[in-house]
Amino acid sequence: MTDVLEIQDLHVSVEGKPILRGVNLLIRRGETHALMGPNGSGKSTLGLVIMGHPNYEVTSGSIKLNGQELLEAGPDERARQGLFMAFQRPVAIPGVKLADFMRHATTNVRNPDRKEGEELIAMREFRKELRSNMDQLKMDHEFARRYVNDGFSGGEMKRAEILQMAMLQPKFAILDETDSGLDADAVRLASQSIAEIGRDKMGLLIITHHDKLLEHNPPEYTHVILGGRIVESGGVELANELYSKGYERIRQQYPDANAVNQSMEEEDASQVLGT
Amino acid sequence: MPEVESALPFTLDGFQQLLDRRGDPDWVVEARREAWAAFEAMEWPSRSSEEWMRTDLRLFHLDRFHLVVNEEPPETPLSVLNQGVDVGGRAVSWNGATHSEWVSEDLAAKGVVFCSLNRAVQEHSELVRPYLMNRAFESRYDRFAALHAAWWNSGSFLYVPRGVVVEQPLHLVSGLSGGADLGHTLVVLDEGAEATVLSESLSPEPKATGLHCGGVELLVGQGANLRFVNLQDWGTGVWHFAQQKALVDRDANLQWTVGALGAKLAKVNQHVELLGRRAECQVNGVMFTEGRQHLAYHTLQHHVSPDCHSDFLYKGALQDQSRIVWRGMIKVDPKAQKTDGYQRNDNLLLSDVARSDSIPGLEIEADDVRCTHGSTSGRVDEELIFYARCRGYTRKEAIRMIVAGFFQQVFDRIPIESVREALGESIARRVRDYE
Repeated sequence: MTDVLEIQDLHVSVEGKPILRGVNLLIRRGETHALMGPNGSGKSTLGLVIMGHPNYEVTSGSIKLNGQELLEAGPDERARQGLFMAFQRPVAIPGVKLADFMRHATTNVRNPDRKEGEELIAMREFRKELRSNMDQLKMDHEFARRYVNDGFSGGEMKRAEILQMAMLQPKFAILDETDSGLDADAVRLASQSIAEIGRDKMGLLIITHHDKLLEHNPPEYTHVILGGRIVESGGVELANELYSKGYERIRQQYPDANAVNQSMEEEDASQVLGT
Repeated sequence: MPEVESALPFTLDGFQQLLDRRGDPDWVVEARREAWAAFEAMEWPSRSSEEWMRTDLRLFHLDRFHLVVNEEPPETPLSVLNQGVDVGGRAVSWNGATHSEWVSEDLAAKGVVFCSLNRAVQEHSELVRPYLMNRAFESRYDRFAALHAAWWNSGSFLYVPRGVVVEQPLHLVSGLSGGADLGHTLVVLDEGAEATVLSESLSPEPKATGLHCGGVELLVGQGANLRFVNLQDWGTGVWHFAQQKALVDRDANLQWTVGALGAKLAKVNQHVELLGRRAECQVNGVMFTEGRQHLAYHTLQHHVSPDCHSDFLYKGALQDQSRIVWRGMIKVDPKAQKTDGYQRNDNLLLSDVARSDSIPGLEIEADDVRCTHGSTSGRVDEELIFYARCRGYTRKEAIRMIVAGFFQQVFDRIPIESVREALGESIARRVRDYE
């Protein structure tokens, strides 16, 4: 039976302010979905909410994996059940080597019932597997000895995220702007790697502004999010349209959602400016 | 032999008995008498002084403690710094009295003197005399220093002659449970000598009580190289007062690692004087407090000569209602041009009620120097916890990992594996579950 991630009528607030206003989305394992939308539309929020970020309050709706409700599960339980997110801006964990971080993570995700303090997966096999994945991503093995995301360049960060996806082999992976901040070569490498590692094997939700990432990973489904709602879904042609023509048509076609989005954008801007 | 009182009170009468029973050389007796007179003339430090305003002594009563003599330890205290290390000598004290001492024949043959300070003042009087509380330790600094100088009853002496390189670390162990430890450590490295000293203080029971009023003197001669580690892991009922001072001579190098984990209240003055040109000193401090522990470190990196380099890094983690006070000072004398001084203190608060005070300071009288300092204090970042949880870590595992990483940045500077492991394991054992 194919694994299914289903989001139904999801409403989410931060500090009492609604951000998502009824999102519906169904992803089967093996499918590639693109989630696109202008700034402030709630795309990144959706990823964080699926992973269970504590700052977001789900006011109604559900997130189900194979029919089982996930909302009460913590981020670690969701990870162990097969959810993964490649972060747009992953945080640094100084003093913790990427290899050590990954060994513990891989152990927990592969042995979902593991109790704290129980043994980690064997070092030898782990190292071998890590190295072969690093080779595929054209990463120097020395990289595993560096502290997690500490002083990484934008490209290194994104590659480290994809490396983690390769090691953890999730059922569903959310890629949050994995192409942002990368030059053309780095984007090509990232998209090829994602295609090799995840395509057809995982359910992919690719959150992106650009078409570059989608060139190697043409989505079967494209969703446009505006004002905290998915206003339109289509195939790969929708992604192409948004890339070449922007969001004008969408904004005009869905004036209510657009009005909401504009007020959210303004709020974002005022937060940035600290007003 | 008449029956002798085995627990001496810190009174004039007790002091007289101490002198009678020790039979020190005259110069030592004289120094003790002067220190005792200074002690009697002084008051305990007042909370109105900058150094003591954050550290409350009201519950400390010296008359609750006695110097116990001739007491056998229940068993040799379990030490950790020598795990997997082939040491060249060991000196052990228990409740403030020397228990055992040995040094390898190989080192003795090279002229290295390593023994209890008691033996040293008897058998190596001429070697010890120019240094003991004479150049580094300030017996009149405060009432604790005077008490220490008058009453020291155990401790160790290391002398490494000119040009001798001691490969195997020397190991000092002090055990304390219910008694008073006034141990003094004196390390003298002659020109070009090298040595590593691992010094640890511990109690057999985690809640052991006691008093430590100690002193450390490190005299690093020209071009000499000393690695000194002190791990303080007393029981949580111990009062710990210490004055620790190093003099680093021309082209010499001192690496000093401090682990501060135990004690009910600890007040430590750590003072490094960069005395000769191009002297270098690196200090690595690791502090972990819990319960109602109070830890106060006052560090001073004093640049006397030009072209010296000092680098102090202290990291602390606090849980429960514990408190850390860290007050650091870089002092640069007018002639100490081209000074490169650095000090940093980072504290991680693991509970809402823990408190850290970090007070870095600079006092610079030369005009061509580079001195930087900084401090941070904060909770474990929730975004780091979330990121790790997204990779399958439980919240507790995530916090443990982040705390371990926080200290790893100090461990990276410590070249001795047993020290890194002992500190890492002690901390991992202490980190509890947090919401």
